[in-house]
Amino acid sequence: MLTESLILSGILFAVGVAGVLIRRNAIILFMCVELMLNAVNLSFVALSQEVGIEGQVFVFFVMTVAAAEAAVGLAIIISIFRLMETVDTKDFNLLRW
Amino acid sequence: MTFYSLLWWVFAALAFGGGIGMVAGRTPVASLLSLVLTLFSTGVIFILLGAHFIGVVQVIVYAGAIMVLFLFVIMLLNLGHDYQPDLRRAGWIAGASVACGVLAWLIMRTFTHETTLVASGGGMTAAQAVEQHGAVGAVAMPMFNEYVVGFELTSLLLLAAIIGAIVLAKRRI
Repeated sequence: MLTESLILSGILFAVGVAGVLIRRNAIILFMCVELMLNAVNLSFVALSQEVGIEGQVFVFFVMTVAAAEAAVGLAIIISIFRLMETVDTKDFNLLRW
Repeated sequence: MTFYSLLWWVFAALAFGGGIGMVAGRTPVASLLSLVLTLFSTGVIFILLGAHFIGVVQVIVYAGAIMVLFLFVIMLLNLGHDYQPDLRRAGWIAGASVACGVLAWLIMRTFTHETTLVASGGGMTAAQAVEQHGAVGAVAMPMFNEYVVGFELTSLLLLAAIIGAIVLAKRRI
């Protein structure tokens, strides 16, 4: 089950990468980042079967960091929406040009 | 094929389908619900892999709390409609090919690099630790012994995130 889980983790990570590259909605970009974090969690848990319980401890830390990141990121999105009335990343050009 | 591996394949397929549905979803709410499906299936896979506590925490915290936060923001900003197509053909091809490259690289590393798994934590595997301390205690023992500094720093991180979110989202302090 270890190899299959690692491959599933790689597939989910690649789906997250594709989402970040393809989509332009800022909230969906955030969701794709969460999916990538989750794929890494899956490989941690799969490896913890063989290596030791520490992998699951790190999964716990990754979850708390993801929660903090989601809270701050969504606050940033709300404040940008208040400024620009959009969450489409093609309209965020204040620092781009 | 045992019952467990059959369940594993079912939930792996659900997780993959949810991920694809999230990337291809037309509205943010549809994407979010697909992501909830993916996270729930991953939680079930955690349980099938023997990480019972982490699987339950995954369902409660991730598929429950964090996703409700996302849904709350989507509803607050009223993003349900006025869909603009952001899936251009060239963008799809470029993004999908980069993702395939990442996937191929990850899988190639998994199979070509000869790595030896070095057991840590006193040489106990996860199953032995669970047998000795129980599902929650197996995670709690290293967390409150070796990683207690990181655990305390996590509380500081959460405090900083709370204050930062309030400062960013509030109109005037």
